Amino acid sequence: MVKPSKQIIRPYGDRRDDGVVQLSFTLPVPLSEKAKEAAAVFTRKMGFSDVKVAAAERAADNYTFFIVYARSGMYLDYAEIDVPEVVVKKMSFDDLNAFIKEKVGRRIVVFGACTGTDTHTVGIDAILNMKGYAGDYGLERYPGFEAFNLGSQVPNEDLIKKALAKNADAILVSQVVTQRDVHKDNSRHFIEAAKAAGIHGKVQLLLGGPRVDHKLALELGFDAGFGPGTKPSDVANYIVHALLKKEGKEPQDMHFQGEPT
Amino acid sequence: MPGPFIEDAQIAHARKLAEEIVNPIFDLIRRNTTVSIERTVLRFFGISGAGARGVPLANLMVDKLKAAGVLNRGAAYWYGRALQLGAKSPLEAVERLTALPTDKLGPLPAEQEQRLRAEVREEARAALEDMKARLAQRDALRQQFPMSPAPHKYVIVATGNIYDDVDQARAAAQAGADVIAVIRSTAQSLLDYVPHGATTEGYGGTYATQENFRIMREALDEESRKLKRYIQLTNYSSGLCMSEIAFCAAYERLDMLLNDAMYGILFRDINMRRTFIDQYFSRRICALAGIIINTGEDNYITTADAYDAAHTVIASQFINECFAKRAGLKDWQLGIGHSYEIDPYRDDTLLLELSQAMLVRRCFPDAPLKYMPPTKHKETDIFFSHAYDVMADLVAIWTRQGIQLLGMMTEAMHTPLLADRFVALKSANYIHRAARGIDEEFTVREDGKIANRAREVFAQAMKLLQECRDEGMVAAIGKGHFGDVKREETGGKGLDGVLEKSPDYFNPFLEILEAA
Repeated sequence: MVKPSKQIIRPYGDRRDDGVVQLSFTLPVPLSEKAKEAAAVFTRKMGFSDVKVAAAERAADNYTFFIVYARSGMYLDYAEIDVPEVVVKKMSFDDLNAFIKEKVGRRIVVFGACTGTDTHTVGIDAILNMKGYAGDYGLERYPGFEAFNLGSQVPNEDLIKKALAKNADAILVSQVVTQRDVHKDNSRHFIEAAKAAGIHGKVQLLLGGPRVDHKLALELGFDAGFGPGTKPSDVANYIVHALLKKEGKEPQDMHFQGEPT
Repeated sequence: MPGPFIEDAQIAHARKLAEEIVNPIFDLIRRNTTVSIERTVLRFFGISGAGARGVPLANLMVDKLKAAGVLNRGAAYWYGRALQLGAKSPLEAVERLTALPTDKLGPLPAEQEQRLRAEVREEARAALEDMKARLAQRDALRQQFPMSPAPHKYVIVATGNIYDDVDQARAAAQAGADVIAVIRSTAQSLLDYVPHGATTEGYGGTYATQENFRIMREALDEESRKLKRYIQLTNYSSGLCMSEIAFCAAYERLDMLLNDAMYGILFRDINMRRTFIDQYFSRRICALAGIIINTGEDNYITTADAYDAAHTVIASQFINECFAKRAGLKDWQLGIGHSYEIDPYRDDTLLLELSQAMLVRRCFPDAPLKYMPPTKHKETDIFFSHAYDVMADLVAIWTRQGIQLLGMMTEAMHTPLLADRFVALKSANYIHRAARGIDEEFTVREDGKIANRAREVFAQAMKLLQECRDEGMVAAIGKGHFGDVKREETGGKGLDGVLEKSPDYFNPFLEILEAA
């Protein structure tokens, strides 16, 4: 059965339903009348009509930049768009810092290290160092966090001791080397040490690495696991929400974009 | 010039404080060398190849000398000893040399020692002459095809493939760019070696390698001739290999380098001692090569708030300037960094940005200055973003910036599309053309918002300089005074690559560069 349509909409240029869109793109050809026509043809091929190539600019000897206005015959039923809104959106750098200031009211202390025999700091550096990773700032850069990166080959006990001394809210363990499952053995050892120090279940314990996933981390006794492609902002958002949940300031069943699953 | 705002005597006092801050660090610099400096020495002697699995020969040799516990006498000395052994290659000689028992590695008879040093010194002089001849080619090309007037419009290419970078760089030059920066692969600054060869699959950029430098400079030379306008090239002399990259850049005739006395410490957690020692030799090379350095103070205000931390930028600039002058760099080589980064939703931001840029201009009247565009508060609304960038264009021409990195409307979204650069260049050209000389037409009132803010920031900067002088630079960094980042003297990466020089340490390049 076809659902009854409720709210048909089209893009709005300067009149309802005129379907006007603006496009800009570059074609790898020198500026010429032929190039302009190519831009119009390309736009029509995408299904647009009333194509107006408003600007054709020589972006370089062999590249032309176009600004095109055209109409689309497409429409949609807005009533049929279904987006569940329960998931909290991942917050940007500034928003998250403001959120920490407001909800947590202090800087969140995070310790991280590549523990055991592992010398590869690339993962922990990407998450914690100022510079961050792929344009996503590291936790050191967040005014809302006080981040300590202890580097590589740090004994598990040392990491725990130093984190305890500063009342850390979260400890990040990075494990890059996975030969003979050394990352799992070392991670288990970390959890034992955390239990012995009495911080298991109290301080957030996070595991990261190229062969780590959330499921494995949970199995090993961590609170969360972060695998390849994780950005510092994912970890930052997770730590904030987990802390607020722990403090009862956010519901336990709240979910947010990008959380480890 | 828009204003005095500040008395000359006060600015002179800031310089004096910077000198007193930097002085104790020069004890450290004089007493020590680093693995990277020693590798640079070997590169000067032509050891630029790579061995098995791409390990640079300079690294193999320096690691062997370090393992044998003799690197503190200087790689140049051992290079001389190795040549005397008559091996087929310097590497083979070093292998033989370091395989000898330690008692055979002692000094030679005095006369022989002297002769060895004289010979190596002679070779060093020849190597430097060779480099100067290469640089003369660059300077001739610059004379033949003069650059556009400042601000020099600086854009970035970042495909990860040097050959694609070349296409993008040519297109940017054709659209009016004056300076091309090739973005470096993520995390190269933490590598304790300079990778070898051309990069075709870099992550987030291409490696800074001598071969990549050569490929890009060659393309830009060709483009300069075609456009009859010299196009400059820049890269990054930062991280664990500052001086080696400075060497590669000088040899391949680059025009600029990002080079900061403290950036590595603060933003890449590289050891403090290592950075201070490395930056000195790297800047000595830049001084010789006529390379303009770009300092990185703009980074402070992407971390800390641009309004609250404005004074840290000024204080750091005086310190960076002092380090640079002590390494022989001239005013025209100081692309002192700062940026347009105040939250655009505040009131008066154009006035505040003008104030800051005018203050920098006032403090460093003869330096080209490097102006960076907004990044921190950039939004994905490209139309707003574009308008925002245009205001930075206006401040740049008003305050006579030497180098202006153009903002991209797709900042915060993706690496620039070819068209993004074109759009940025077209509007920067318009603003520069439209407002050139505006600083001579408008006087800034001494009792207004701009001047008052400049005085306030300068006073805070003086206070910070005084604190750094009283407590020492190490303690100041330890307290997080710069960029809100705290570092310890023995923390961070690369400390194990710092060696105390032995009394008979030998580095003929340093001798010659310091005497120049």
